[in-house]
Amino acid sequence: MWGNSCQGLGVEALQSGSGNAFKWAGRDLIISRPECAPPFGIGEAFPECTIQPYLETDMSVNRREFIKIGALGLGSMSLAPKVFEWGPSAAKTFPVQPGDVVTRAPTYCEICFWKCAGWAYTKNGRPWKIIGHDEDLHSHGRLCTRGSSGLGLYNDPDRLQRPLIRVEKDGRQTFKEVSWDEALGFIAERLQALKETHGPESLAMFSHGNGAVHWKTLVKAFGANCIAAPSFAQCRGPRAAGFYLTYGETVGSPERTDIENSRCLVLIGSHIGENLHNGQVQEMSKALDRGTEVIVVDPRFSVAASKARHWLPIKPATDVALLLAWINVILEEDLYDRDYVARYTVGLDKLKEAVRENTPEWAYPITSIQPEVIRETARLMALHAPATLVHPGRHVTWYGDDTQRSRAIAILNALLGSWGRKGGFYLPQSAHVPAYPHPPFPKPAWSPCDFTRALYPWALSPVASHVRDMTLDPPDPEKQIKAWLVYGSNLIYSLPQPEKTIAAVQKLDLMIAVDILPSEITGWADVVLPECTYLERYDDIRTSPGRVPQIAVRTPAFEPAYDTKPSAWMVKKLAGMMGLDDYFPWADMEEYLDHRLQQVGSSLEEMHELGVKTLPSLGPNYFQPGEEVTFNTPSGKIELYSQQMADAGFDPIPRYTPHAEPPDGFYRLLQGRSPFHTFSRTTNSPIFTELMPENELWINPQVAADWGLKAGQYVKMQNQDGKTSQFPIRTRITERIRPDCVYMVHGFGHSDPRLKRGFGRGADDNEMCTTVKIDPLMGGTGRRSNFVTFITEGV
Amino acid sequence: MAAKKRYAMVIDTKLCIGCGDCVVACKMENEVPEGFCRDWIVESVTGVFPNLHMEYRSERCNHCSNPPCVHACPTGASFVDDESNITLVDPDMCTGCKACIAACPYDARYVRPEGYVSKCTFCIHRVREGLDPACVASCPTHCMHFGDLNDPESNVSKLLESRPFKVLAPEAGTEPNVYYLI
Amino acid sequence: MEEFITTHRMNPDIDPVLTIWRWQVSVYLFLGGLTAGLLILGALSVLQRRKAAPTAAQRLLVWTPVVLGVGLFSLFLDLEHKIHVYRFYTTFRVTSPMSWGSWILLLVMPVSVLLIAGTMRETWPGLYAWAERKGLRGLATFSEKRLMGLARLSVALGVALGIYTGILLSAYGARPFWNTAILGPIFLVSGLSSGAALVQWMSRDEREHRLYTRIDVGLIAFELFLIGLMLIGMASGPERQQAAAHLVFGGELTTYFWVFVVMIGLLLPVLLEVFHLKGRPQPRFIAPAFVLLGGLIFRFFIVEAGQLTTWIGY
Ligand SMILES: Nc1nc2c(c(=O)[nH]1)N[C@H]1C(S)=C(S)[C@@H](COP(=O)(O)OP(=O)(O)OC[C@H]3O[C@@H](n4cnc5c(=O)[nH]c(N)nc54)[C@H](O)[C@@H]3O)O[C@H]1N2
Ligand SMILES: Nc1nc2c(c(=O)[nH]1)N[C@H]1C(S)=C(S)[C@@H](COP(=O)(O)OP(=O)(O)OC[C@H]3O[C@@H](n4cnc5c(=O)[nH]c(N)nc54)[C@H](O)[C@@H]3O)O[C@H]1N2
Ligand code: SF4
Ligand code: SF4
Ligand code: SF4
Ligand code: SF4
Ligand code: SF4
Ligand SMILES: [Mo]
Repeated sequence: MWGNSCQGLGVEALQSGSGNAFKWAGRDLIISRPECAPPFGIGEAFPECTIQPYLETDMSVNRREFIKIGALGLGSMSLAPKVFEWGPSAAKTFPVQPGDVVTRAPTYCEICFWKCAGWAYTKNGRPWKIIGHDEDLHSHGRLCTRGSSGLGLYNDPDRLQRPLIRVEKDGRQTFKEVSWDEALGFIAERLQALKETHGPESLAMFSHGNGAVHWKTLVKAFGANCIAAPSFAQCRGPRAAGFYLTYGETVGSPERTDIENSRCLVLIGSHIGENLHNGQVQEMSKALDRGTEVIVVDPRFSVAASKARHWLPIKPATDVALLLAWINVILEEDLYDRDYVARYTVGLDKLKEAVRENTPEWAYPITSIQPEVIRETARLMALHAPATLVHPGRHVTWYGDDTQRSRAIAILNALLGSWGRKGGFYLPQSAHVPAYPHPPFPKPAWSPCDFTRALYPWALSPVASHVRDMTLDPPDPEKQIKAWLVYGSNLIYSLPQPEKTIAAVQKLDLMIAVDILPSEITGWADVVLPECTYLERYDDIRTSPGRVPQIAVRTPAFEPAYDTKPSAWMVKKLAGMMGLDDYFPWADMEEYLDHRLQQVGSSLEEMHELGVKTLPSLGPNYFQPGEEVTFNTPSGKIELYSQQMADAGFDPIPRYTPHAEPPDGFYRLLQGRSPFHTFSRTTNSPIFTELMPENELWINPQVAADWGLKAGQYVKMQNQDGKTSQFPIRTRITERIRPDCVYMVHGFGHSDPRLKRGFGRGADDNEMCTTVKIDPLMGGTGRRSNFVTFITEGV
Repeated sequence: MAAKKRYAMVIDTKLCIGCGDCVVACKMENEVPEGFCRDWIVESVTGVFPNLHMEYRSERCNHCSNPPCVHACPTGASFVDDESNITLVDPDMCTGCKACIAACPYDARYVRPEGYVSKCTFCIHRVREGLDPACVASCPTHCMHFGDLNDPESNVSKLLESRPFKVLAPEAGTEPNVYYLI
Repeated sequence: MEEFITTHRMNPDIDPVLTIWRWQVSVYLFLGGLTAGLLILGALSVLQRRKAAPTAAQRLLVWTPVVLGVGLFSLFLDLEHKIHVYRFYTTFRVTSPMSWGSWILLLVMPVSVLLIAGTMRETWPGLYAWAERKGLRGLATFSEKRLMGLARLSVALGVALGIYTGILLSAYGARPFWNTAILGPIFLVSGLSSGAALVQWMSRDEREHRLYTRIDVGLIAFELFLIGLMLIGMASGPERQQAAAHLVFGGELTTYFWVFVVMIGLLLPVLLEVFHLKGRPQPRFIAPAFVLLGGLIFRFFIVEAGQLTTWIGY
């Protein structure tokens, strides 16, 4: 079984020593938690990088209609209890008046997955502000823009308010508001029926977020084990695979990148500064202040690029060529860390051999980066090594050869000797807080994930897009996925080829969505369970890795608004109805948390006071000079050359293969982050939308001139497969992007009218992702092989 | 009586990433009504691809040493705090005539829904408690600094001594107290 | 260069362009100027004849407090925090033209009333009779005795009021289109012109009518000259002022300015007046009506133009 929590395998697992032994690829592997086992068994079929356009839009056979607000009626709105009114009532200049009652509760942020700890404040009983926790290693007392805006989620007037069940009314499908008993009873009954007809294995779960723990337990207790998250095959999966194949460990989250101490920081498309992962932003700023050499490779003049001494405006999709050329220079000019490479790596000679031809001159016409620039930057990296960090990126599902690109990055770092060294990658530590004991889970007879493993050998976690595809088109008619439980993941926006997602939902017997907003995915559900926001609930203890082990708690700062509930409450009640009480032997979250905290010498009471607690360090953060290290790879070394990849029929050393070019009049569509939003989850919320109500399409002035486009004009996009964007998008004519591509921020253009602020504001990049390049190593969905042109008429 | 303070904000444009955290922090701390803000981020891009330069600036009231807003105010609602150079608005005296808005070259003021004028207060309520303003305290890049320019030992004085800087629209003669390190 | 606010500042009345002052202020500025014009012309007529006389200029004095009152009401409508209106009179801020203005207005009101009281026996016998019935004769006598002094004071206050409406705006260094010292004189001349037009309109006496028509031709010509001077000054001034001047030389307000302010508001009435003087009669209200309309358009234009120009281009 894999949870998406399995990303952190590595040091934590190896150091704790008390874990279970697993066999993988013929070797023993020690993992502390059984659910963190990597995939077993290498499949036979190794598809080439496949291009799969998906455009099926004929929805005439819909079993599920997408339910819009019209069907909901206005009744629900007038019933709404009054939520925090933010603003005009504070009539004086000073926000705090004598006599004001201010309280605070510890929490950690859920706006993205960096999980910064902070304090949620109330003033005179009303929510006031959220600020960072000084002791917290993720935030150092400062939340990012989105974390500071967290009340916007709580304040969103469009929030789900009470459970909904899909019913047929006057020949139309609509949602009926029901009681919690009714909603959960409905689910219990339908899951029982599912178990009888298709077996428990036919339930698949999608999740993203900390509230999912108990749902995962429930799913496993039920007898299923397919729990996928878009944070793997749509995000950092290729990086996990690439580093796993090289170092036997992944980079984890928060990344073990020692940016703070780096003397040379290389960012390949990683747009820290817009990507606001807090710790990284803070460390990058420290590094910049210290004068760290920054090299940014990005087709766009990103914020990071604007801070860098070297900006390499690379032609998109050619990074592997640049990486190989860098490796070439470092090897040809003998710039690598000889001792480190000799001590820790295997395959140097084969690597030298493989990249011999990949000179900067070779890379120049491919990447458009001048050979001198390639040489100069390579030398800089070597000059500062091992305090040179070639950042592995995070969202790396770009072109389908992403594991190989991540491998190239991993190899480059190995040559510079930065893994396990100060200023490179530190050795992370995370707190080990024993789980609340529960009976063993039943063993599923089969798992949809078996098919994934067979297809993508280094899928270290379930592949959400593949689970979807298997739902639509089961590889074995006897083993079908017939129910989805979707927790906190707006799959319509996070999985490419949204038409396919919708088509897959049509084939289900049951679709349950747990969300805080009427996000698009909820419009396709049979039952919608409204969760309260992270500010209104307890959640599990944060134990994520860092330089020292630390724990943090999330406690409810405010009463849940409307009739919303925390997942723990929902799951416990549902488990009761399903006869699975045994798996939830605690009375409530307070008891659950207190029990777990007691085992690390703390208590819930203490954590209410502290919020964050640092535990004793487990050891050094870097390799000691001359230390012998056994890596968790088949050779026990860092694998510059990967025999296991060769055995499985893959390139053992990354190789550059050209990608499709945009047709005439089309531009490669690139996507990224805005500091003001997280995916599609904040693009409807107050505060967030004030700062950025819609996204823009970045277009180079040359291109704009060719098309006669004006700044701020609305256009629609049409892609190579003829797909036109549902909503128009404003143009931003800017020098900050190459002329062969356009760029937009992901997460806008909501299509569910229940999301009143976000509906039709800006456009959705995901609907343009009809073509996907699948990473054959781990099933990642490369989304940047879509090309768009502009439609100006009738917009 | 302690010497009058000359509070200043010094913002390092070399580090500012334009994330807007300062804007949100201000909104939350000061309960700025929806649709209004006391500070904002300017992005300034110069050059032609691929030779580009970009600067982000977090802007707000400059707490000018020569504040035309205060000069323009017919009622005295806009005033300079006795102990410092912080420009404030007294809601109880403000008529909403908007003379001060017309007078401010930085468009730093706005009329609140209740009818009186508001703007950045340098978080005087926090500063009096010895805290940094909310925006400064939240900035994830630590590119904002706050302190007393009358104190040569203060962080801000030292930064201005050691680094090149600029202020906005110096020609307007307002003598701004928000400085940008360049 | 690309320079813009990324956090989408949308402070009402400021973004995307300043619109703090709308028709209320333009109307007030116009009526304030008209008041000044009427007061000055009426008082001058008193001074010239060394007595109260039923000239149209003097008869019109009776409207000054009314016109000013309407103007002030319009200004009151602009206040966002109306209950605090009394705050204008709990202090005097020497640096604030608006404060000066409030106090000038406070003086203009009683002085104009006294001037009316001092002239009404001649100009509005009915009103005088009414005042007498109400026991206000003392007031009339008081004023009549000091009529010349009151008239001089009125001229001074009228000039102050007329100039102040311009100074109010020109004091804003933050708004380049306003920030020119000529604005005060222009507003004064424009106010006088409006006043003269009204006299011209109301005058039953052909000589007086022609006189004020001639005066108005002169005033408008002078106003045109001053406006020209202002624009030249701006166009040859520092960068921001040049940018401000661009507003009417190819910029956003070019048509508004040349067609409405200059052609319809100034040239057309002055031509009509000239035609009239040259003996091509037309309905007598036409030219003055255009002058008044022109005055109003001009205030609207200036109020708008100033708000469109700033130091900061985002
Ligand atoms: N086209 C395109 N697709 C992408 C990406 C891209 O850049 N472009 N990025 C990819 C990446 S990197 C990632 S990590 C994934 C992210 O994928 P997702 O995590 O699926 O992304 P979101 O769109 O944020 O959806 C989150 C959902 O959770 C709900 N939610 C928020 N808080 C809570 C809560 O407390 N409880 C519950 N129950 N629900 C909650 C929100 O309302 C929303 O519906 O997307 C991937 N997909
Ligand atoms: N504010 C904010 N921060 C976030 C998130 C968020 O939603 N909002 N999400 C978080 C999550 S889950 C993730 S995974 C990360 C993702 O953040 P990253 O891993 O930093 O981002 P990517 O989306 O991979 O990269 C986007 C950048 O890649 C550049 N790019 C596009 N194509 C190419 C190419 O071919 N080559 C190169 N070299 N560059 C290219 C784009 O111009 C853009 O600057 O962000 C995290 N941080
Ligand atoms: S990085 Fe920002 S959004 Fe993510 S957890 Fe931290 S504060 Fe929240
Ligand atoms: S919070 Fe700091 S880095 Fe972010 S925009 Fe404001 S000043 Fe710049
Ligand atoms: S910035 Fe504007 S509001 Fe602030 S003191 Fe200066 S003139 Fe006044
Ligand atoms: S709006 Fe208020 S603060 Fe501003 S000038 Fe008028 S009275 Fe003074
Ligand atoms: S100093 Fe305070 S009031 Fe001023 S912008 Fe910063 S947070 Fe807002
Ligand atoms: Mo991600």
